[in-house]
Amino acid sequence: MREALEKIAASAKEQLAKVADIKELEELRIKFLGKKGELTAILKQMGGLSAEERPVIGQLANKVRADIEQEISERADSLKSELSAKKMAEETIDVTLPGKKRSVGKLHPLSIVLNEVEDIFTGMGFDIVDGPEVETDHYCFEALNMPKSHPARDTQDTFYINDNVVLRTQTSSVQIRTMENRKPPIRIISPGRVYRCDTVDATHSPLFHQIEGLVVDKGITMGDLIGTLEQLMKRLYGDDCKIRLRPHHFPYTEPSAEVDVMCYNCNGAGCPLCKNEGYIELLGAGMVHPKVLEECGIDPEVYSGFAFGVGLERIVMRRFGITDMRLLYENDLRFLEQF
Amino acid sequence: MDLSMKWLADYVKVEKPIRDFCYDMTMSGSKVERYEVEGEEISNVVVGKVLSVVPHENSDHLVVCQVDVGKGEPIQIVTGAPNIHGGEIVPVALDGSTLPRGVKIKKGKLRGVESNGMLCSLGELGLTVHDFPYAIEDGIFVLEPEAGCENFVLGQDIKKAIGIDDTCVEFEITSNRPDCMSVIGLAREAAATFDVPLNVKKPEFKGVDGDINKELAVEIKNTKLCQRYAAAVVKNVKIGPSPLWMRERLRGCGVRPINNFVDITNYVMLEYGHPMHAFDSRYVEGGKIIIRNAEKGETITTLDGVERELSEEMLVIADTKKPVAVAGVMGGEYSGIMDDTTTVVFEAACFDGASVRTTAKKLGMRTDASSRFEKGLNPMGCTDALARACELVEMLGCGEVLKTTIDEDYSDKSPKTAVFDSKWINNFLGTDISEEQMIKYLEKLGFEVKDGQVVSPYWRIDIECRADVAEEVARLYGYNNITPTLIRGAAAAKITPEQKFSRKLAATMLAIGCNEISTYSFVSPKNFDKIRLPEDSPLRKTVVITNPLGEDTSVMRTTIIPSMCEVLARNYNYRNPEAFLYEIGREYIPVDGKELPDEPDRLAIGMYGNGVDFYDIKGAVDEIMEEMGISDCDVTACGNDCEVSEASAFHPGRSAVVTKNGVVLGIMGELHPETLENYEIGVKAYVAKLNIPEMMSVSVTEKTYKPLPKFPATTRDLSIICDDAVPVAQLEKAIKKAVGNILESVKLFDVYKGKQIAEGKKSVSYTISMRSHDGTLTDEQADKAVKKVLKALDELGASLREI
Repeated sequence: MREALEKIAASAKEQLAKVADIKELEELRIKFLGKKGELTAILKQMGGLSAEERPVIGQLANKVRADIEQEISERADSLKSELSAKKMAEETIDVTLPGKKRSVGKLHPLSIVLNEVEDIFTGMGFDIVDGPEVETDHYCFEALNMPKSHPARDTQDTFYINDNVVLRTQTSSVQIRTMENRKPPIRIISPGRVYRCDTVDATHSPLFHQIEGLVVDKGITMGDLIGTLEQLMKRLYGDDCKIRLRPHHFPYTEPSAEVDVMCYNCNGAGCPLCKNEGYIELLGAGMVHPKVLEECGIDPEVYSGFAFGVGLERIVMRRFGITDMRLLYENDLRFLEQF
Repeated sequence: MDLSMKWLADYVKVEKPIRDFCYDMTMSGSKVERYEVEGEEISNVVVGKVLSVVPHENSDHLVVCQVDVGKGEPIQIVTGAPNIHGGEIVPVALDGSTLPRGVKIKKGKLRGVESNGMLCSLGELGLTVHDFPYAIEDGIFVLEPEAGCENFVLGQDIKKAIGIDDTCVEFEITSNRPDCMSVIGLAREAAATFDVPLNVKKPEFKGVDGDINKELAVEIKNTKLCQRYAAAVVKNVKIGPSPLWMRERLRGCGVRPINNFVDITNYVMLEYGHPMHAFDSRYVEGGKIIIRNAEKGETITTLDGVERELSEEMLVIADTKKPVAVAGVMGGEYSGIMDDTTTVVFEAACFDGASVRTTAKKLGMRTDASSRFEKGLNPMGCTDALARACELVEMLGCGEVLKTTIDEDYSDKSPKTAVFDSKWINNFLGTDISEEQMIKYLEKLGFEVKDGQVVSPYWRIDIECRADVAEEVARLYGYNNITPTLIRGAAAAKITPEQKFSRKLAATMLAIGCNEISTYSFVSPKNFDKIRLPEDSPLRKTVVITNPLGEDTSVMRTTIIPSMCEVLARNYNYRNPEAFLYEIGREYIPVDGKELPDEPDRLAIGMYGNGVDFYDIKGAVDEIMEEMGISDCDVTACGNDCEVSEASAFHPGRSAVVTKNGVVLGIMGELHPETLENYEIGVKAYVAKLNIPEMMSVSVTEKTYKPLPKFPATTRDLSIICDDAVPVAQLEKAIKKAVGNILESVKLFDVYKGKQIAEGKKSVSYTISMRSHDGTLTDEQADKAVKKVLKALDELGASLREI
């Protein structure tokens, strides 16, 4: 019997080694270990053994079974991984073929920058306020300390609807509407479209966007104006960005300033982009003129404020290196898809 | 304002490189646009003397000159100029010299004879006869000694020798500072900026005896528009060129020298900022100058030779018969200074700024004078200007000024004052400047500080309140020396529901793959025809721009659809194979009885491309509605009699209006073939317009969690046969109603026409999903619901498809 068991063990080992697939392996398992298998058949003869022989042979039989089982299990594992590897190999694809895109639309470059500026200001506690684009002469000029014959009107070539209605030349009109409707403290920005009779070329458009800011409260200083603009520019152009104010004149602010931002191309060293100035003119600003406050029913003895206006197109063009403003309104997809 | 630096140096000494001068002036408030060094391009050109002239051996028109250029040995130069005979002092461009417009001179041979340079003409030095009236235009510039340039040193640099070495600085002067449109005004700013003394002497003239009133009378009829009129008379006038120094300074300030009297008036205007006028007294008929409004139909031929029609609100200078000048704008042709003028009347007057501005604008002639007057000059400026003109006449020795002058003066001479409060100024600026320092700044600019007031000098018309004073202090202190601070106090910003809605809308559009566009708000009215709007459509009533740049941008759009069509067309034209676009923009709708139009926000969507059809644009709209919290919209086919005006733009059978509770939310569809043709779009294109405020009014943005289902859903698939004309929306409505509250969803999965389906019919297949929250639905419950569905469908003439 011992010989029979050893024969089975040897035969199992030999046959298992040759197994090529799972099905064959299962057949072998049944052949050796199944109810009608070879090992079971041997074990059935155990009854005929002597009391001394029985435990010895029993032990041997168990070992043979365990060995075969172990062998089968190992074989099964290796067959599975071989199979899997083969399948993977067959399924291999060219990963350098283009991906299937689910296209997301692109924001217009004007919106990209406007959103940024809006976020910067809402972060500083500014509300975003809207106003009409077709505006009365009163809100666009008169209330801003620019009566009908004021020479400063010449610098803003205006589209007229009639003697009393214009397309707003600046979003400052929203300042007035806001001050009439709100009591200080006021912190707003009003972005929007403005219109000037400029013939279209690479740097002019009869329609463009402005972002106007207004702060009115007790104790607002020119230092606050400079600090706020510095924050804006640092957030837009990085912490190293510097600004420079030049005295200027606007009828609705006093003192007034034009604000230059350090050229981000050369960091102030001077380059063709900034025409060797080191700085680029970016916006107009100033302390709200007492007459304008008064006009809106705010007592200039108690309150002061500052205002600023910046052209969105100018920032956008510089940001993306766009050299022709017309592209912004042409809406060619080959342009839009770049942002 | 162009400024001659030589002229500036008469009043103030600034020892700074020109670049620094310009920068510092800009930072104190006088913005420099650019500067130009005169004669910068001229190098190695010297004064020479022609010693001898002999004919050229190989040429009839060339001559060979020996020229002394101060180097001992004369040099040989060949020239073709007819006005060289020997003995002349001339500008000589030596070998290796440069001239304006990039010209370089090298020695060489002319027809075989060596020439070591070139004798220069006026033009070759960038000059004209206006600059050197004694010279000729065609020929070599033969130098002549004159006052200020008496002796020539051979070999001297030509720029030094004849004074073409000025620097011209161009300032951009803001409208509140007409005083800076003058040399003295800028000198004053320079003196304050650089803290150096200002040397301005009060002009004085001796005059000759004689009563001006015997020569001239002045009457101001409109003392509101002309507050002051001062006049002087110069007799025995000698008209001729001005001296070199005057010509140089005029040229440096960009003004062409003409003759001594015209030059004097220009010189005074540039120096003092107060425009002057000179008349030939022969042409002042009746010996009287009357300042009055023009009469209806009156005309004048101005100095530039143009006949101009005047209107009644314009102010003129007239004699007893006719207008001789448009006040503050331009003189008349026949009153100007001629070569044979013997008696000159100088005018220094002050006209109302607004009136001059309107007149100049109406006549379409903005002059140096009008651009100064329109900003509001002070009548006090008349006296110095007139005196200076007389002083210059005496200085030039070109006439005899009568000692007596006329001064009709109705002006208010009380000085402008503003509160001076150093503490307030510091609080306002956020600075800590001492009161002494502030006073020093102000005095330097000509202000007087006394009794808590800042008293303006007459030339400053712009200081009215303490904020104005603060600006004067701040700009001399330096804007950039103010410490930046942050606004004190907290403020919480609110995003309005409108802004939130709009941002979400934009995010949705991007997510479904549409690119944002930005179009002009003004359009051509031709677009209304292009989108086939009916003649009587209310959308044809627009906000019209009275002075548009062109017809293309002449009306404010009442519908955003044409803007989208134009962009689709442009992209098609650029051969972009497909386009998915959106714009959030305004329409401008005139409202009866209101001054301003409504400006509602609209969302426009546009698309074309391979495989794109109506259901793509509809899918986009469905997705938007779902995202924006608008459920169960009604979609109605436009057909041929749609209430929405813009339906005309669309294919009547392939477009629809979206409504909710009767509110029109928008319109969408395939563009009408004619619309496509009008915009030259060669493929089918799809457009939608959604009304944002209307959408907001029906949007439910609050969301509440619904518990996930505990019990399984039961589904039934139904294929229904019905008339082709029945819209599936009707079937769906009926199904929903019939199933009732156990309905979870109705999903259409197939529409079939063709084989096995009768002509004029269609098969529509749905999956109906039902679920109860109280327990698993039994088959009986589900079957009962289906029965109800079939009954409801039967009423629509739809029945179960037999397979």
